[in-house]
Amino acid sequence: MALKYLVSGAAALTLFAGQAMADGKLSIYHWFEYIPDELLAKFEAETGIEVTMDTYDSNEAMLAALKAGKMGSYDVAVPGDYMVEIMIGEGMLDTFDSSELSNFGNIEDQWVDVSFDLGRSHSIPYQWGSTSFSVNRDVYAGDINTTSILFDPPAELSGKINVLDSQGEVIALASLHLGIPQCSNDRDQLKALDDLLQSAKSHWASFGSDVAKDVLVSGDAAVGMIWNGFSSKAREEGANIEYSFPNEGYVVWMDNVVLLKDAPNRDSAIAFMDFLLEPENIAAVTNYAQYTAGVKGVSEYLEPALAVMPENNPRDGAGAGAFVAVCDEATQTVYDQIWTRLRS
Amino acid sequence: MAANIGTGRAVSSTFAPLRIWLLLPGWLSIGFFLLIPVLLMLVYSFLTKEFRGGVIWEPTLAAYDQFFFDRGLFGDDPRRIEWKYISIFWRSIWQAGGATLLCLIIGFPTAFFIATRPDRTKVIWLLLVTVPYWVNLLIRTVSMKFLIRDNGPMNDFLQYIGLINEPLQLINTNIAVQIGLFYSYLPFMVLPIFAAVERYNFTLSEAASDLYADKWTILRRIVIPVVSPGIFAGCILVFVPSLGAFLAPDLLGGAKSFMIGSLIEEQFKGNIGNWPFGAASSMILLSLVLVALFFYARAQSQGERA
Repeated sequence: MALKYLVSGAAALTLFAGQAMADGKLSIYHWFEYIPDELLAKFEAETGIEVTMDTYDSNEAMLAALKAGKMGSYDVAVPGDYMVEIMIGEGMLDTFDSSELSNFGNIEDQWVDVSFDLGRSHSIPYQWGSTSFSVNRDVYAGDINTTSILFDPPAELSGKINVLDSQGEVIALASLHLGIPQCSNDRDQLKALDDLLQSAKSHWASFGSDVAKDVLVSGDAAVGMIWNGFSSKAREEGANIEYSFPNEGYVVWMDNVVLLKDAPNRDSAIAFMDFLLEPENIAAVTNYAQYTAGVKGVSEYLEPALAVMPENNPRDGAGAGAFVAVCDEATQTVYDQIWTRLRS
Repeated sequence: MAANIGTGRAVSSTFAPLRIWLLLPGWLSIGFFLLIPVLLMLVYSFLTKEFRGGVIWEPTLAAYDQFFFDRGLFGDDPRRIEWKYISIFWRSIWQAGGATLLCLIIGFPTAFFIATRPDRTKVIWLLLVTVPYWVNLLIRTVSMKFLIRDNGPMNDFLQYIGLINEPLQLINTNIAVQIGLFYSYLPFMVLPIFAAVERYNFTLSEAASDLYADKWTILRRIVIPVVSPGIFAGCILVFVPSLGAFLAPDLLGGAKSFMIGSLIEEQFKGNIGNWPFGAASSMILLSLVLVALFFYARAQSQGERA
């Protein structure tokens, strides 16, 4: 992997420069394609900490790997909002005091007291964005401001839809489509949800998260449920697609860097979190991933195109954004049933 | 031949006192890497699921109950037979069977062709069969996707020569999955059949021909029965990994419907996180394969006795 060479290259550079070496290690568990290699190299050069990183492709895969015995081998991970809440509930996160992070004050006010980590004692903001869908404008010229494009599509789009392999986001978007609350335990509403997904399935071609951009660029899919930044990357790679902010609403998410319990290098982890709260550094992530940072003072480091990017600016009249809710066990069991029925 | 066997015996008697010690590493690695994990899964399949992944150490049959009985969306309907998982298994068996058949149809003549070449060219043909397998399976499956997609080179070419007017819609279909599995496991079919055909004594065919057997009869009554161990071995080597495959179904089939492999994966690292159910599904799959192998072994030994 390119990262490995970069990492060893950076290490060699520091060695030759005669700087202090081996100040520690840092082991990151991160999403795929979500941090530029140059930024990790910069962190290593600044701190002398040696970084290793493994990647995952869904919050659930990360949770499963950590529960299956990887706790204690990573220092930080980057779960989404609802997964932070779940991990706190499972006792998998360590706490820190805001005074340990010299840049704690850089966190934007609206992201300090978040519902999934009140007052931020386990996590810091990484990036936030939305989950909706994009439509290939060569294939369909009609109105795309409705979630019907996904769940009850016009004939031109039927059978050409890729859906994220993400239970939480699919069910949240389906709930918005039906206008029912998330985590509802009302039986009629849950039945309606099941019926909707069963009938929508006949219009869907494939499920996939890591391929979500590729299928839009290649034209395998004409509609793709997708994250906003990933969609703008697909657009830049040549797909004539438009990202929708539907009338019914869309999913909002925030990924967060969390301090894992039993972190082998807690000090390095704190240093890394502090590093990511530096506007210039987190702006580099935003420029790379094309989502939005939750840190003050980033705007001067951002590429100008990002500010006007259509995927980052909901149109007037769009529905509200909603976080994926964490359900109790009874409702989650029904969701799991609905999801398995959808996939069998 | 006799000389060979003689030396073999001499060697084995030299090492005979050491036999147990020489076998020990093999037994240890099988025990450690195969038996213990399988036993662990067997135990897990009888435990209670913990919410969001993990197990509670209380014995229960819940995982197997979930596999075979449907109690409705809310778990309190009168129980009926559950077809959901059986149909996933059936679909996987059907897919793997299709891929095996495809491998056999292409692989048998290929193996026969290679085995009947002169020794010098034989090596080259064998090399050509294995060359694609120096590349990682994931890369090969993704390349296959590029090749057969709606606006990919294969469709472009077929349209260019005028064979078709509309692109063939292969991607995200069962046929694409079978092509992918076929491509992934073809050498596992070719190589055992090749080994069997190479040992085949062609004077048998000549003798049959002298007795006025036509070519079809020779193939059916003489060649195939003699090389059948190679054919069976090839079929098993293709069928069993195809059954649990999830790369081809995910990438070429669009992952729209679970296969056995992806159903099990989903229980451990996917959205659902029900470890006992994943373990139980694995155990049911393992039992099916064992039963199939048992019947195969019995058919083989009866064939030898006859």
